[in-house]
Amino acid sequence: MGVFVCHCGLNIAGMVNVEELVANAGKQTDVVFAVDHKYLCSEPGQTLIKDSIRQQHLDAVVVAACSPAMHETTFKNLTQLAGLNRYNCEVSNIREQNSWVHDSKDQATAKAQRLISQAIEKVKLNEPLQPITVPVTRQVLVIGGGIAGIRAALDVANAGIQVYLVEKSGSIGGRMAQLSETFPTLDCSTCILGPLMAEVYRHPKIKLLRLARVEEVKGYIGNYKVKVRQEPQYVHEAKCNACGECAKVCPAEVPNEFDLGLTWRKAIYTPFAQAVPPAYVLDARNCLGLLPQACGECQEACDKFGTSCIDLDAWPRVHELDVGAIIVTTGYDLYDATKLTEYGFGLFPDVMTSLEFERMLSASGPTNGEIKRPSDGRTPREIVFIQCAGQREPETALPYCSKICCMYTARHAMMFHHKIPDGQAYVFYMDIRAGGKGYEEFVKRCQEEKGLLYLRGRVSKVYEENGKLIVKGVDTLSGKLVQVIADLVILAVGMIPSVETHQLASTIKASLDPNGFFSEAHPKLRPLESPTAGIFLAGAGQAPKDIPETVAQASGAASKTLGLLANPTLEREPTVAQAVGEQCSGCGICIPLCPYGALSLNAQTKTVEVSEALCEGCGTCIASCPSSALTLRNLTDDQLIAMIEATVQ
Amino acid sequence: MTVESSSFEPKIVGLLCKWCSYAGADLAGTSRLKYPANITTLRVNCSGRVDPAIVLKALTLGADGVFIGGCHPGDCHYTNGNMKTLRRFKLLQKLLDQFGIERERVRLEWVSASEGEKYARAVRGMTEELRRLGPLNWKMETPALA
Repeated sequence: MGVFVCHCGLNIAGMVNVEELVANAGKQTDVVFAVDHKYLCSEPGQTLIKDSIRQQHLDAVVVAACSPAMHETTFKNLTQLAGLNRYNCEVSNIREQNSWVHDSKDQATAKAQRLISQAIEKVKLNEPLQPITVPVTRQVLVIGGGIAGIRAALDVANAGIQVYLVEKSGSIGGRMAQLSETFPTLDCSTCILGPLMAEVYRHPKIKLLRLARVEEVKGYIGNYKVKVRQEPQYVHEAKCNACGECAKVCPAEVPNEFDLGLTWRKAIYTPFAQAVPPAYVLDARNCLGLLPQACGECQEACDKFGTSCIDLDAWPRVHELDVGAIIVTTGYDLYDATKLTEYGFGLFPDVMTSLEFERMLSASGPTNGEIKRPSDGRTPREIVFIQCAGQREPETALPYCSKICCMYTARHAMMFHHKIPDGQAYVFYMDIRAGGKGYEEFVKRCQEEKGLLYLRGRVSKVYEENGKLIVKGVDTLSGKLVQVIADLVILAVGMIPSVETHQLASTIKASLDPNGFFSEAHPKLRPLESPTAGIFLAGAGQAPKDIPETVAQASGAASKTLGLLANPTLEREPTVAQAVGEQCSGCGICIPLCPYGALSLNAQTKTVEVSEALCEGCGTCIASCPSSALTLRNLTDDQLIAMIEATVQ
Repeated sequence: MTVESSSFEPKIVGLLCKWCSYAGADLAGTSRLKYPANITTLRVNCSGRVDPAIVLKALTLGADGVFIGGCHPGDCHYTNGNMKTLRRFKLLQKLLDQFGIERERVRLEWVSASEGEKYARAVRGMTEELRRLGPLNWKMETPALA
């Protein structure tokens, strides 16, 4: 056996005495070769391992380096390349769980010693295994129909792979559909998004499921079984021609979410003018015609003037889908601005969020693109933009920066100036973060416009006096307190993961970061993947980001997905449970514990059998067996005990 | 006289599930959070793999404490392995009482992949607690496992 100890530059060698580890490892039984290297994962490091295996005739290796989550696969592949079975390699984590977390060199070295001994004991008892080959389902599920989901779905579908696009609302388009223009080019948002939405709708390889949610995910990479629950389709999607006769007669009016409550809509409505699919949606919560049926005006109108596409007795449907990979593009919601009491949002109608202002700027928005005060409809002259509202405040609100607010605030201020040339805009900012192609230039252009004043400092309070908003803040560059008497105040509130992210993460078993966004497997090695194999990430559900980045990530995730599906078969870890027939009493305690139904009692031998195809290798059955008749390949009880012995010696 | 807490360094065996807690422990490292070197971890696929007998075996072999880390309820990669761990853990606690072993010596924590801070805190807390409790000295001949 050979032991290889990595310095990882100074990451390990700075806190651990590597020479001592090598010397001690060499003294252990069965270890015939021990050596250290500055970077074992580098080409020379890998060559060292490969050559040593051949020259020293090693039949097993232990690599003491970083976490197995980083390079276990690299080293196992290397072992295989050198002619050994890949399971004759074990990685000992002496970085993440040792050199990085301890500050005594003696203790860290002693612990590294124990960790290496553990791995030596384990690899001694490892059996050589061959991977289990499984077929790959060449279909993909995309969760979320915003710009990320649209881009990813199109890229995958264009490669000829069937895509299921699941969208929880009545139309795809997501947040981008709500935007008036996009920075830094001031392109019309709908002009970019609209054609893509139409393409999704027309695409023969994309099945769009609106008003739908992922309810259950089972299986593993390459072979997921997904249950998608689709709300009742009261309006038949394909038959509806969006004539709008139903909405005309509908008596129920509720605030329109698309316009953030600045306008009203009926209980039967179209989410927005360019909605895809181009069909009306019935909002079951506000409809008066369901359970009990007190109204049926829309159905009558549709039967009379329309296409008879309304069915008030529709039922929800559960779609069972087989997919090989899942792309999660669930996007973001806005931080609740009512929590920012100092700014008076929710209290004063003329304090708005940036997204509300965005709707107001939109030609199809509540004011047809005119800027008006929500309180009295007058044109504002003085406007204050407050950046970082509830952001970068770890104590009270969001700890992080949402990355896009500097840019859209600059755009908003510019649009305000274009629409009301004699108005005055003030922008309170902490610092300007305009990293991106053409971004800095865009902000500079805004700052140099007349009637636009950037003030570096925070706002402490906003209150109403005589129909005006008094904004009290500070200009830290001049060191003076500032008071602005404003007509309108716009809060640049931050992005939070969309509200159902946590629930979805539990369903698909994808982990979240401390802020509730989806975690990537590694920020640089695997930025488009969740740690759960077969689940890919794109868009603001992973972290706040702008549209160009979102689209780039979506295409990246799509190509990663295609890379996975390009293989006719996949290899699965063969480290599954195994039954030792002669020890089994046939008590069957283990059978109901298996979440995959991989265990069964053989009627003839009265002993338990494991289906290798179904077993995921969790080991729950093994811990339950009273007669030790089950074992987990390459993590047997004997191995665990030997490793513990090495740990506590 | 109680054992002086500064003179005794407990040996803790950590059994961490690879999906959540081991990744959380890795995150503690990536974030350079500090905790005592008393814990040495083993990576298991699921906390459900942790047979209570293995925990007892660790104590007989000389561990002063065992730390079991699993995913939060509802987040288990294997649907609900962690809930089986929880049930076994409750039974194990009763068994520990009967053996006269302090319950604090075996700890079950839910640590997600994003909770490096929580992991470091839990390890610090457990180490402190065991320093106070002193060595286990529970070496007896037990029938071999498996």
